[in-house]
Amino acid sequence: MQSPIQLRGVTYAYGTGDLARPVLRDVDLTVAPGEVVLLTGPSGSGKTTLLTLIGALRALQQGSATVLGQQLAGATERQRTAIRRRIGFIFQQHNLLGFLTARQNVAMALELDPATTERERLARASEMLAAVGLAEKGESRPDQLSGGQRQRVAVARALAGQPGLILADEPTAALDRQSGGDVVRLLRDLARRRGVPILMVTHDPRILDIADRIIAMEDGRILPANEANSASAA
Amino acid sequence: MSDVIPRSMPEASLLPWAPELSGEPAAAAPPPRRPRPGFGAAMLLPLRLAWRQLRAERARLASAIAGVLFACVLVFMQLGFRSALFDSATALLSAMRADIFLMHPLTTVSFKPEMLPRIRASQAMALPEVQAAVPVYLAQATWRNPEDGTRRPVQLVGFDTESGVMDFPGLAPLIETLKRPDTMAFDLRSRPEFGAVPRLLAERGPFQVQLGNRQMEVVGLIEIGPSFGADGNVVMSDVNFRRVVKERQASQVDLVAIKLKPGADPAMAVERLRAVLPADVRVLSQPDLVAHERDYWETATPIGFIFAFGSLMGLIVGMVIVYQILFSDIASHLREYATLKAIGYSNAFLGRAVLSAALILAVLGFIPGLVISTLLYDVVGKGTFLPLEMDLSRALSVFGMIFTMCALAGLLAMRKLRDANPADMF
Ligand SMILES: Nc1ncnc2c1ncn2[C@@H]1O[C@H](COP(=O)(O)OP(=O)(O)OP(=O)(O)O)[C@@H](O)[C@H]1O
Ligand SMILES: [Mg+2]
Repeated sequence: MQSPIQLRGVTYAYGTGDLARPVLRDVDLTVAPGEVVLLTGPSGSGKTTLLTLIGALRALQQGSATVLGQQLAGATERQRTAIRRRIGFIFQQHNLLGFLTARQNVAMALELDPATTERERLARASEMLAAVGLAEKGESRPDQLSGGQRQRVAVARALAGQPGLILADEPTAALDRQSGGDVVRLLRDLARRRGVPILMVTHDPRILDIADRIIAMEDGRILPANEANSASAA
Repeated sequence: MSDVIPRSMPEASLLPWAPELSGEPAAAAPPPRRPRPGFGAAMLLPLRLAWRQLRAERARLASAIAGVLFACVLVFMQLGFRSALFDSATALLSAMRADIFLMHPLTTVSFKPEMLPRIRASQAMALPEVQAAVPVYLAQATWRNPEDGTRRPVQLVGFDTESGVMDFPGLAPLIETLKRPDTMAFDLRSRPEFGAVPRLLAERGPFQVQLGNRQMEVVGLIEIGPSFGADGNVVMSDVNFRRVVKERQASQVDLVAIKLKPGADPAMAVERLRAVLPADVRVLSQPDLVAHERDYWETATPIGFIFAFGSLMGLIVGMVIVYQILFSDIASHLREYATLKAIGYSNAFLGRAVLSAALILAVLGFIPGLVISTLLYDVVGKGTFLPLEMDLSRALSVFGMIFTMCALAGLLAMRKLRDANPADMF
């Protein structure tokens, strides 16, 4: 079985020429099918940058990255857009569309699939909302929901499109402990059941237990496994 | 948090995309590429997204519609005035019904004609297809309002009314009466400043009016309409014309009207007349005569430019308003657009959504604009005696302009989409 994420020698710098500031240095990373991986590390260590590269939100500069079978090195904008459709993103903010109901927001992730009908999309959206415990809230707009509920809608949206991979960047940052923990565990459970791997950046020590593996970054490098565990224990 | 989070789900509701866990044979390498969306979905989904977004902010939607409506009414009024003025400018010549006209080549506009020799009428008769040719005399004289005595210049048209060469609407029943000395027919659509002639005529029958230095009798009504050069018109026989305009020599005429024999081809006859007659006359069919007059007003006066400029300003103002609305819509929803890009929506899809919004605004602004303009045409037309009328071709062309205006605004606003960078989402 092919790994959903395979990075080899990924190096990335913001700026060009003399102003270039390396942010990632020679990163190797493999995520196994169905694996839940947490990425931790000090601020500025390059976690978000790494996530945007894997999510095909930025173009790769050096090294190779195979995500869901697609080589991202030299990929065109169109190829990157296509690969993004197969990834479920969960952001720090919920980033729901304010003018759509919860159900329509979830259905937005499905409208990218031309094979579905409107009926199927709404049915699937309702199903996903039920799975995150928001069956009753389908017709609510984001501003009528609590922070935790919004983030759960975002989880439903990320999972609705049958993604091959979930990428999340500090999904609990805007939430209180209790709802943060609930959302992340919900995400983990739903993804597990579907066998979808998760790569999640987090600073939140309370959720480290959901991980199959914890990776620590520092200054653009991934630390060896034993240091990672001691870093996360600290 | 009170919501119950389901910890388990029935197996049946599992979505089948985890072959490595369910034990099904794993699909080889990446999943097959999805088919491209059909045309309907590619157009309708962005349209629906645009509509939902517009609808969410009523105040912004209302001001955008008001902007389009404003542009729409402005353009309709400008175009309406323009065509009404051109129509009325040519009212006199349009009402002159003859097959072919001879005119001096230097005549630029009918109210200041260059004269041509009357002999050209006789020469035209040399062609076998010409049945008759009569001179037409044009002049202005002062008309004294029979009600309040005020004086005002009126357009005089004199020609052999008996000959049947040239007709005006309403002239036929008056031909016998107009043979009498000092009689004339009055244009019932002349401006009201000439007096309520139709009412007076109905009340007391034919009555005397001072025209120039002569007392003339109004014996009937014809229908021409005011034009730029004249607020009112009277038609009379050439004999009576010379009684009013004494200084006029009968040998110098302003136009020659020609009637062809039944079955003759007017275009051919025009060609033949051009060959036969000397170069000091211009030979024109009736539609060409009207077009010549219209051309003068369109090109030799700033009128055409003024209205084109007014319409353009309306469109530009409308475009700026629509652009502003769309631009600020995108700017205030940048995160949402970036999110859509992040989850796999293409730039093209979002561009179509912005264009759809522009087109929705075009339609929503045009419909009330059309209704209001139609009402305004009615009100303003009655107040100014201009022939303002809504017609389908103008409605369609204004819709085309409004559509283009909104599409351009949409294309400009679309550039703002580039600022929605999905990489900034994390
Ligand atoms: N768009 C950008 N342009 C230039 N420099 C950037 C950009 N984004 C991030 N950086 C820089 O790159 C470095 C790594 O940033 P990154 O966001 O990947 O860190 P991070 O590990 O996610 O930090 P945090 O935990 O604070 O979110 C930082 O020094 C940051 O200043
Ligand atoms: Mg970060």
